[in-house]
Amino acid sequence: MSTATPPHDQPESDERRQPSWRGVAQVDDDEAAERERSVRFSGGSGALLRELLAPYRRAIWLLIGVVVVENAARLSIPYLVKEGIDTGIPPIRTDDDLTPLTIVVCLVLVAAVTQAISRNFFLVRSGLLGQNVLYEVRRRVFRHFQVLSPAFHDDYTSGRVISRQTSDVDAIYEMLETGFDGLITAALTLVGTAGILLFLDLKLGLVALACGPFLFLLTNWFRRASSASYRITREKVALVIVHFVESMGGVQAVQAFRREPRNQEIFDDVNDQYRRANLHAFRLVAFFMPGIKLIGNVTIAVVLLYGGYLAYNGDVTVGVLAAFLLYLRQFFEPMMEISQFYNTFQSASAALDKLAGVLREEPGVPEPDEPHRLQETHGEVSFDAVRFSYTEDRDVIPGLDLTVPAGQTIALVGTTGAGKTTLAKLATRFYDPVEGTVRLDGVDLRHLTADDLRERVVMVTQENYLFSGTIADNIRFGRPEASMAEVERAATALGAHDFIMALPEGYQTDVANRGGRLSAGQRQLVAFARAFLADPAVLILDEATSSLDVPSERLVQQALQTVLAGRTAVIIAHRLSTVEIADRVLVMEHGRIVEDGSPAELIGSGEGRFADLHDAWLESLA
Amino acid sequence: MATDLGHDPDSNPPAGVHSLWRLRGYLKPHRVALTIMLLTSLAGVGLTIAIPLVTKAIIDGPITNRDLGAVLPLGLLALGLGVLEAALIFWRRWVQSNAVLGVETAMRHDLYERLQELPMGFHSRWQSGQLLSRATTDLSGIRRFFGFGMLFLLINIVQVIVVTIVLLNMYWPLGLVVGAAAVPIVALSMRFEKRYVVISRQVQDEQGDLATHAEEGAVGIRVIKSFGRGEHVSLQYEQAADKLRDTSMVKVRLAAKFWTFLEIIPNLAVAVVLLLGSIGVGRGSLTPGELVAFITLLLSLVWPVSSLGVILAMAQEAMTSAARILEIFDTEPAIVGGTEVIAEPRGHLRLEHVDFAFPDAPDELVLRDVSLDLAPGETVALVGATGSGKTVLTSLVPRLYDVTAGRVTIDGVDVRELDLKHLRSLVATAFEEPTLFSMSARENVTLGRADASDADIDEALDIAQAGFVRDLPWGLDTRIGEQGMALSGGQRQRLALARAVLARPKVLVLDDTLSALDVHTEKLVEDALQSVLGSTTGLVVAHRASTVLLADRVALLQDGTITHVGDHRVLLAEVPAYRELLAADAEPSELSDLDEAVTA
Repeated sequence: MSTATPPHDQPESDERRQPSWRGVAQVDDDEAAERERSVRFSGGSGALLRELLAPYRRAIWLLIGVVVVENAARLSIPYLVKEGIDTGIPPIRTDDDLTPLTIVVCLVLVAAVTQAISRNFFLVRSGLLGQNVLYEVRRRVFRHFQVLSPAFHDDYTSGRVISRQTSDVDAIYEMLETGFDGLITAALTLVGTAGILLFLDLKLGLVALACGPFLFLLTNWFRRASSASYRITREKVALVIVHFVESMGGVQAVQAFRREPRNQEIFDDVNDQYRRANLHAFRLVAFFMPGIKLIGNVTIAVVLLYGGYLAYNGDVTVGVLAAFLLYLRQFFEPMMEISQFYNTFQSASAALDKLAGVLREEPGVPEPDEPHRLQETHGEVSFDAVRFSYTEDRDVIPGLDLTVPAGQTIALVGTTGAGKTTLAKLATRFYDPVEGTVRLDGVDLRHLTADDLRERVVMVTQENYLFSGTIADNIRFGRPEASMAEVERAATALGAHDFIMALPEGYQTDVANRGGRLSAGQRQLVAFARAFLADPAVLILDEATSSLDVPSERLVQQALQTVLAGRTAVIIAHRLSTVEIADRVLVMEHGRIVEDGSPAELIGSGEGRFADLHDAWLESLA
Repeated sequence: MATDLGHDPDSNPPAGVHSLWRLRGYLKPHRVALTIMLLTSLAGVGLTIAIPLVTKAIIDGPITNRDLGAVLPLGLLALGLGVLEAALIFWRRWVQSNAVLGVETAMRHDLYERLQELPMGFHSRWQSGQLLSRATTDLSGIRRFFGFGMLFLLINIVQVIVVTIVLLNMYWPLGLVVGAAAVPIVALSMRFEKRYVVISRQVQDEQGDLATHAEEGAVGIRVIKSFGRGEHVSLQYEQAADKLRDTSMVKVRLAAKFWTFLEIIPNLAVAVVLLLGSIGVGRGSLTPGELVAFITLLLSLVWPVSSLGVILAMAQEAMTSAARILEIFDTEPAIVGGTEVIAEPRGHLRLEHVDFAFPDAPDELVLRDVSLDLAPGETVALVGATGSGKTVLTSLVPRLYDVTAGRVTIDGVDVRELDLKHLRSLVATAFEEPTLFSMSARENVTLGRADASDADIDEALDIAQAGFVRDLPWGLDTRIGEQGMALSGGQRQRLALARAVLARPKVLVLDDTLSALDVHTEKLVEDALQSVLGSTTGLVVAHRASTVLLADRVALLQDGTITHVGDHRVLLAEVPAYRELLAADAEPSELSDLDEAVTA
C-alpha cells in the first residue's frame, strides 16, 4: 500500500474526471499500456507474432497464393459479364451464333467454381493455422505462468494472470477469426478492382477512382475517432461490470446497510456513462456508413453520367459500363468492413504485447541445466550461510546456518516478520537464497528439478485451495495414482473421514458445487490429507492449523504425531500447544535463530524468550 | 421450488416469441424512432430498386436511341437518389442508436433494481458471473435484435418479394431463375444457422472450461508448486485447449462450407442469367439496359436472402436471452417488508423457538428451536464450533434470511412485520468477511449512513481503531477494494466495524469481526466498543475469550441449538463443551503478541 505517488496534485485533476464515490487510485499498468496503443505489431508483439508464425512459413505462402487465385476468380466475373454483353450478343444478333456467349458463360462457371474451391480451402486452412497459433499461445503462456516463481505471482496477482489467458487470448482469437480473412480480401479487392477499372477504360476508370481521396479521408477520420471511442466504451463497460459484480457479490452488506438506493444511483450513473459512450460510438458509425454509401452512390452517378456520354459517343461499350457498375458495387463494401477490423487489430496488438511481456519474464528459480538425480531420500535439510532479502535494502535473513537431521520435527517460533515463513519458502525453493546454499540430503536445491524436489518437500499453508473436482481428486492431487483405499486411509488419519462421509456423495462430492459449504477448517483437513498422501520426506506446515477451531486442531495434532513419525518436519505455529510435539524448538528474531533446543531444555533453563513465553502461558492457565 | 430461488442457474429456461413480446414495453417510449426506422428502411428498399432502373433507362434511352439530351437529367436523378439513400441510412442509424441504447439501458436498470431486492437465498444460489452475463451479453443480444434483427427481418422479406416481382415483370423466365436460386439459399442458411448456434455454444462452453483451468492454475499456484504438479495441470490445460481447437475447427469448417455455398449460388445464377439474358437481348426480347439492371438487382438480393438465416438465428438467441432476463424479473423477492415502524425503539431483541434451513436444502435444519432474549442495552456473546450455525443466526435479525419456524422480534414486533428499511436501520452487522467496494474509503464507511458528518466518521473510525484510513495516500478519498488500494484482513475488519458503528443501530451484530486483529489492536477496539455497547443491544459471535468478555452473558450454540446460557466464568467451570471451545484460547494464544507483552 506504499506504492502510491505523493497525492498532492493528483486528486483535483482526477476528481474532475471521476465522480467522488469512485475515489482516487493509481492508474493500472495494463490500463495505461492500453491507452498508448496503436496498431503496429512492433517490439514485443511483433517478435512474438513472427516467432509463432515461423513454423508455418510454407503454409502462409500457400495461403497467399490461394487467396490471390480466389480474388482473381471473383474479380473476373464482372469482367466476363462485360465480355458476354459485348462479344456474346452481337453474333446472336447477326447470325444466331451462340458459340462466343457459351464460351464466356463456361468461363463464368469455371471462375465461380474456382473461387468456391479456393475460398473453402483458404478458410479451412487459415482457420487451422489460426487455431494452431492460438493453441501454441495458450500452451506457452500457461506453462510459463506455471514456471514463474511464487514471487512473481505475488506481485502480478491472479486476476491479471487469468485475464492474460482469457481476454487477451480472446482478442487474438478475434483477430484470427475475423480480421485476417477480411483484411486480405478487402485489400486485394481494392487493389484488384482499381486495376481492372483502369484497364477497362482509362478515362472512366480515373473518374471513378477520383473518389479515392475522399474515401481515404473519411476512413482515416473514422479509424481515429472510433479507436478513441472504442477505448472509452471499454473503460465504461468495465465500470459497469465492476460495480455490478461487486454489488451482487456483496449483496449481504448492501441489504444489511440499506445501501440499495445509493447503489442504484451509482449504477444508473455508470450505466448512463456506458450508454453515452456507446451512443458516441454508434453515431460515429451512423456518420461513417452512410458517408461511404454517399461517396459510392455519387461515384456511380458520375460514372453513369460520364460513361453514358462516352457510350453515346461510342468510346465505351454497354458491357464496359455494366462492368463498371458491378465493380463499383464490390469496391465500396469492403471499405465499410476494413475500418471495423481496426479495433480488432488494435486489441490484438495490445494483447500480444502483454503476453510477450509475460513470456519474457525469467523464472526466479530456474530449472537446473544438468539436474542431479536423487536416489533415496532421507530428508536432511541444511542451510549453509544463507542470506536472503526481498528488497535490496533490507535483509530478511542476514546469514543462517542450520541443519535439520532427517526425521526431526522442529518448531519455529518468533514474532511476525522474524523470517519464519521465509525460511520455509527457502526450504521449498519458492525462492533462492541471495547468498549461501540450501541443501536436501547434501544436494544443493538448485541442482534438483522442481518435480524431484516437490515430490520430497511439501508445504501446507493456511491457503487451502481446493481444485474443482471431487474430494477424492483433491486428496489425490499430490499423488494421482493413489488408490481409493489409500485416499481414505489418509483422510482417516487426519480425522477428515467422518465429515467427508457425511457429505451427500462422500468422497465423490464435487467441491465446486458443494465447496461453498465446506468450512475453512474442513478444507484445511482435506489439504492436510492431501499432503499426507503425497508422503514427502520433508513436510513443512506454515500456520497450517490456525484456521481450525480448537477441537479440530487437537484432532489434527494427534494425527500429526503419527503423520510426522519418520519424516523431517518444520512447524511454524502460533499456539504453544502445537509446539509441544516438536523435538526441537527454534526461536527466531530478525532472521536469526536466537534460541535452539528441545522444548524441555528451553523451558528448563528458566530464562530466555521461550521460557518466558511458557511461563506466561502457565500463569494464564492458573 | 421456492419462489425466490429462480430456476436452475445453469439451464436455459424455455424461450419463445412470447418472451420477447413480454419485453415490448421497453420499446414504447421509442415508438417514433421505431416508426422512422421502419419508414426509412422501406424507402431504402425502394431506392435499391430505383437506382438500377435509372441505369437501365440511361442505357436503353440515350445510348441505344442516340438521345444525348436525356443523359443529364437521368444522371442527375441517379445522383439525387444516391444522395437520398445515404441520407436515409444516416437518419435511420442516428435515430436507431439513441433508441436501442435507451432500451438496453432501461432494461439493465430494471435488472439491477430487481437483483438488489432479491434476498440472500437467491444470491447464494446464483454466482455473480451468471448474473453478469445476463446484464451484459443477454441485454446486448436483445438490443441487437430490437435495433437490427427485428427491422431487417421485415425489410429483407419485403425486399426479396418486391425485387422478385420487379424481375418477373421485366423478363419472367429469368425472374423464375432468380426466384429458384433464392430458395436453396434460405433453406441452407437456416439449416446452417441451427448447426452453427449449437457448435458456437459448444465452443463457448469449452472456452469456459479452459478459463476455469487458467483460473485454477493462477489461484492455486502455490498449492501446485508445493506438490510439484505444474506438469500435471499443464497437461490438463493442454488437453482442454486441444479439445477446444478441435471443436473450433469443426466450427471453422462449417462456416467455410456455408460461406462458399453462399458465394457460388449467386455466381451460378449470374451465369444462367447472362446466358439466357444475352440470348434474349440478341433475339430482341430484352434490352441491354434491362440485362444490366437485371444482374445488378440480382446481386442486390444476395445479402437480404443470405442474411435471413443469420437474422433468424439472432431472433432465436434474443428469445433465449429474453427468457433468461424474464426469469429474474419473474422471481418475486421472498423477503418483503411489512408496514410497522417502531416509534421509539429500545432494542429488545428476542428469538422465539427459531428453526432455520437454507431454502435450497429445506430438510437440513441448521438451527433448531433457538430461543434467546436480549434486554435493551445487553450484550450476549455467541460461542460455538465451526458450522454450529452462529453466522446464520445473526443473519436472521436483519432478515437477510427468514426463519423457517418461530419468530424474531424487536421490541415485541415480529421483524417480518417491520418495514424492511426501518428494520435494517435498527440493526447493523459487522461481518467476519467484510465486503469492500471499489470506491472511496468514505463511501465504504458510510455505507449505512450516507449523510454522516465528518465528525461522525472520525468518531466511528476511532472506535474501530481504523485511523489508518486517514493515512492512506488520498485520505478518505482513496479508492480501496479490488480496483484500489489493497488492505490487510485486519484493516478490512476494522473498516467494517467502523461501518457498523457509524450506522448507530439499536442492535449491533458483530460476527467474529475481530478475528484478524492482533491481540493488541483487539484490546484497543474492545475498550472503545464498551462505550458503544453500553447503550446498544449487542450480539457478538466470538472465538476468543477476550471477545467473550465484551458480553454480559454467553450463549453456547451446539449443532444448531442453544444448550447453555450464562456467565462466562460459570460456563467455563461447569460446561466441558464450552471449556473445550474456549479454554485453549484462554491460554495465551499468540506467541508473537505475548512476546511483545513480555518484552515490553
